[in-house]
Amino acid sequence: MAVSLREYRARIKSTESMKKITRAMELIAASRIIKAQQRAQAAAPYARELTRAVSAVATFSNVDHPLTREEENPKRAAVLIVTSDRGLAGAYSSSVLKEAERLAEKLRSEGKEIDTYIAGRKGEAYYKFRQRPIVQAWTGFSDQPSYDVAAEIGAALIESFLKEQGEEGDVDEVHLVYTRFRSMLTQEPTAVRLLPLEVVEAEEGGTAERPDPSDVLPLYEFEPSAEEVLDGLLPQYVQSRVFFALLQAAASELAARQKAMKSATDNADELIKKYTRIANQARQAGITQEISEIVGGVNALADANASQE
Amino acid sequence: MAENLTVSLVAADRTVWSGEATMVIARTVEGDVGVLRGHAPMLSLLTDAVVEIAEADGDVVIAVVDGGFLSVAGDRVSILSERAVLASEVDVDQARAELEEARGLLGSGGEAEHRVRRAEARIRAVERAR
Repeated sequence: MAVSLREYRARIKSTESMKKITRAMELIAASRIIKAQQRAQAAAPYARELTRAVSAVATFSNVDHPLTREEENPKRAAVLIVTSDRGLAGAYSSSVLKEAERLAEKLRSEGKEIDTYIAGRKGEAYYKFRQRPIVQAWTGFSDQPSYDVAAEIGAALIESFLKEQGEEGDVDEVHLVYTRFRSMLTQEPTAVRLLPLEVVEAEEGGTAERPDPSDVLPLYEFEPSAEEVLDGLLPQYVQSRVFFALLQAAASELAARQKAMKSATDNADELIKKYTRIANQARQAGITQEISEIVGGVNALADANASQE
Repeated sequence: MAENLTVSLVAADRTVWSGEATMVIARTVEGDVGVLRGHAPMLSLLTDAVVEIAEADGDVVIAVVDGGFLSVAGDRVSILSERAVLASEVDVDQARAELEEARGLLGSGGEAEHRVRRAEARIRAVERAR
C-alpha cells in the first residue's frame, strides 16, 4: 500500500508543475492578446485611408488593371493558409487547415489546380508530413507579424498572379484562408478571395473601415495619371489586406491559446483533486491495515500467553 | 468651416502624426507640391522623400516617407506610406551606415538604388529638422 501512496504523491507533484506551466502560458497569451489587438487597431487607419483612395480611383476612372482583371478560364488558384508557428493553441491550426481543405475541395470541383502558400510552421509541418507540395512558406512571426512580412507575402502572391497563363508558376486566382478574430471567445476560420481584386469597401474591417456612405467622394485629380496612381495603390492594397489577415490570425491564435491553456489548467486542478482523494484513501487503508496487524499480533500474543498458563 | 487642414500621416502599422496644420509640402513623382486650405481634391504618388507639415501653432513637423501617396479632399490631407517616420525618430548613424552599404551595392540592381534614395531622404530629413 505504501508504494502506491508514494506513486500518487509523485503524480500529484508532476500535475502541479504542469499546471504551473499551463497557467503561465495562459497569462502570457492573455497579456499578448491585448497587444495584438492594439496592433490591429493601429493598423486600421492605414487600411481605411487606402480603401478610400482605391475606391476613389475605381469610381472615377475605368478600372482595368491587371490586378482586377478576371481571367476568362481560370486554371490555377493559389491558396495562402495562415497558421500558427507553435502548438498548444487548441484546435486553432487544425480548424484553419480544415477550412483550407474545404476551399481546396471546392476549387478542385471547379476544375482548378491548387498552389499552396503557407504562413506558420504548423501548416508547413502538416503539408510536409503528407508530402504535399508547398510553393512557398513563411515562418517565425505568427504571434506578432510585421508589415515587412506582409509586404513580402503580398509581393510574392502578386508576382505569381501577374504571370501570363501557361507561364511557370502562374495562378489566376489568389485565395486567403485565415482565422478571423470575432471576440475573445469566438474565432472563425474564413476563406476570402484576394485576387483578382474586387474593389469594394473592405467588408472584413467592420464598420470602422467603411467610409460614411453619405460622404460623397470628391472629384479627384490624379497625379501623374489615374492608371499610374492605381498601379501604385493596388499592390499596397493587397499587402495591407494580407497584413490585416496576419494581424487577425495573430490575435485569434493568442485567444485560442489562452482558452486552451485555461482548460488545461482547470483539468490539472481536477486531476490533482482526484489524486489527492485516492492518495488519502490509500493512506487511510495503510493505517487501517497496520492497526489491524498490530491488533492481530497482540491478540495472537495474548492467546499464546493464555495457553501457556 | 475649419481654418486649417486636418492632416494625418499614416504608416502601415500606426498613425505617425495627425493634427491640424496650415500647410503640407510633399514630393510627388512629378515634383514638389504644397497643399494649403481649399486645395482641389488630389491623389498623387510620392517618392522617397521628406514631407513637411507646418503645424497650426507654427512648428514644423518633418517626416520621411518611402513612396506611398498623398490624398487631399475637402481640407483633409492623408499621407500614406508603408514606412513613414518622423525626422526625430530617425537614427542618423544607422541611416549613414545604410547609405554606405547601399552605395557599395549600386549597379547590382534596382533595389540598391532604392535603398540609397531612402537612406538619403532620411539623412536629409534629419538635417532639415535641425
